[in-house]
Amino acid sequence: MGDFTYLLISGLSLGSLYALMALGLVIVYGILRLVNFAYGEYIMVAGYTLFLLSPSPLPWLVMAVVAAVMAAVMSYLTERIAFRPVREKSLTAMLITSFAVSTLLQNAALLFVSPRARVVPTPGIFSETVIIAGNVTPVREILAIVVSVALLIGFSILLRKTILGIALRAAADKFTMTRMLGVPANLVISAAFVISGLLAGIVAIFWLGRTGSVTPGIGLTPLLVAFVSTVIGGMRSLSGAVVGGYVLAFVTIIFNNLLPGDLYEFREAFIFTIVILILLFRPEGLVRGRG
Amino acid sequence: MREILGRAPYLNTVLTLLVPLVLIAAATDAFGGTVQQRIVTTMFINMILVLGLQVYMGNSGIVSFAHIGFMGIGAYASAVLSMPPDLKAMTLRDLYDVLQPIDLPFWLAVTVGAGVAGVVAAIISYPLMRLSDAAAIITSFALLVVINDVLVHWSEVTNGPRTLFGVERFTYLWTSAGVAFAGLLFAAWFRESRVGLQLRASRDDRVAAQSCGVNMVFVRWVAFVLMCIYAAIAGALWAHFITSFQPGHFYLEEVFLILAMLVIGGPVSVSGAVIGTILVTLAFEGFRALEGYLNTNQVFGTQVFGLTEFLLALAMIGILIFRPAGVMRGRELRIGRRHRGGRGMPATKERAAD
Repeated sequence: MGDFTYLLISGLSLGSLYALMALGLVIVYGILRLVNFAYGEYIMVAGYTLFLLSPSPLPWLVMAVVAAVMAAVMSYLTERIAFRPVREKSLTAMLITSFAVSTLLQNAALLFVSPRARVVPTPGIFSETVIIAGNVTPVREILAIVVSVALLIGFSILLRKTILGIALRAAADKFTMTRMLGVPANLVISAAFVISGLLAGIVAIFWLGRTGSVTPGIGLTPLLVAFVSTVIGGMRSLSGAVVGGYVLAFVTIIFNNLLPGDLYEFREAFIFTIVILILLFRPEGLVRGRG
Repeated sequence: MREILGRAPYLNTVLTLLVPLVLIAAATDAFGGTVQQRIVTTMFINMILVLGLQVYMGNSGIVSFAHIGFMGIGAYASAVLSMPPDLKAMTLRDLYDVLQPIDLPFWLAVTVGAGVAGVVAAIISYPLMRLSDAAAIITSFALLVVINDVLVHWSEVTNGPRTLFGVERFTYLWTSAGVAFAGLLFAAWFRESRVGLQLRASRDDRVAAQSCGVNMVFVRWVAFVLMCIYAAIAGALWAHFITSFQPGHFYLEEVFLILAMLVIGGPVSVSGAVIGTILVTLAFEGFRALEGYLNTNQVFGTQVFGLTEFLLALAMIGILIFRPAGVMRGRELRIGRRHRGGRGMPATKERAAD
């Protein structure tokens, strides 16, 4: 039973982070049909903000908030400067732009900070552990679950009850129609990017807390995770992204614990093969969106 | 002459592009030092990759990442097949016994490498070809990750994540230039061929093309396999040029460089692929020289990393904003009066959202 609880908690903790990442990616995809390759770099930006703030006397919580906000600001800036001018041209142009933005931000970090890993501050509570059902469990994992679930609830209230949320959902459903009804396109798209960046920033706090350091290439794994989760869950549905995140986390945990040694090395190949198979046989994902 | 060019307008494009390319190669051969020879040889290898990408992405309108994985397959297949057995025993300790005694001559190894990549591509890609838009892009990306993962961990063939040493040098300036010229001719022919035209029709309007009897999955598949063969040949030539490499080379940085070349030149035309390769090579070497200058003279007091890619990414975003169809704007270079249908197709306008 102990093993099971352990797997459950680490699955839920990982899944919560995956779900938030996937949500951040899919909220932009839903409106613009843009697969944002620069998404992982928002996590990197939050990491470097934490690193730059670490000599300051600010309490950790303030640093974390500033870092998450910086990720949102960067997301907004990339939208304004890079994506908006190519938005009307073609989907392919926008996609390649996002790939270029990703390379740009990574190399900016190489150029202006360092190619080596930098230590980010983590609060003492991240390294504490509690014992649940006979297993030593890091408090960080519990915190990740609590914060993510709170965010998911808050996010669904935002989408259902506020005017902005309704506009976002309408835009994700039929963007042209939403514009015709008088919803300003730029505002909705900017809002989507800000939310996307904010989610990436919050994920970054916990993601970086696992290793305690940030590198220019840190965004790749979260980006892959977000891709896979959205594909599993369904590119067109926000709840699908969340489901996809949890499914992927549990599949990963099961692979990590059950695959025999020599196959374990190929676990990424296995996971991505599953992605390709899902796209083939259920291109809409596990949760079918409307439209 | 005019009669022939009138029948096959692509030959005019090929000749127009070949003249400066041959001049570049000949001038480098005659006057260039070791550094220039290396740069131009690499440029022609990259040109093969860009032309391959043009064959698929330019004609189908679907961005691809996976071809760089096939570049890796070509590189490793050809390197392992052409390595003398005694060297293999030293550098590839875990190699399968079957492969141990094989020692193919260079051109045969390249051909077999391209063949292996082509067969793998043909098998894997067929079911993927019905996917469009985001699904196609993500599967292509996933395929790149899978291939890279296999290259990194299949120590029996690739020496794992470590560097594979001792590949023999066979590729010189005219080797890569010659293959690039052949690749140029084929890409220009393919664009005007029956399958190429059908593929371009499906790019411009998927539904209309299919209603006219275009088998979209099949024509995409042909172009995808061709792209992978191009990439594998380029990978094999590169392996025999650089002589030691690791799986990390066949990943996102290389994807970005090749994509930048095609996008900056203009993906829709073969001329765009060639011009883009030349322009980006010039810019890349210029930026790299600047980075080297800054580092040797300690201008900022510290080492500068990533300036080259940083500036290249900026240039690419600038091109996409101000000239989204690339420098060539989808046209082909031609000498003399325009032939029938002389202007290439304009870049497809896709809707930003439905």
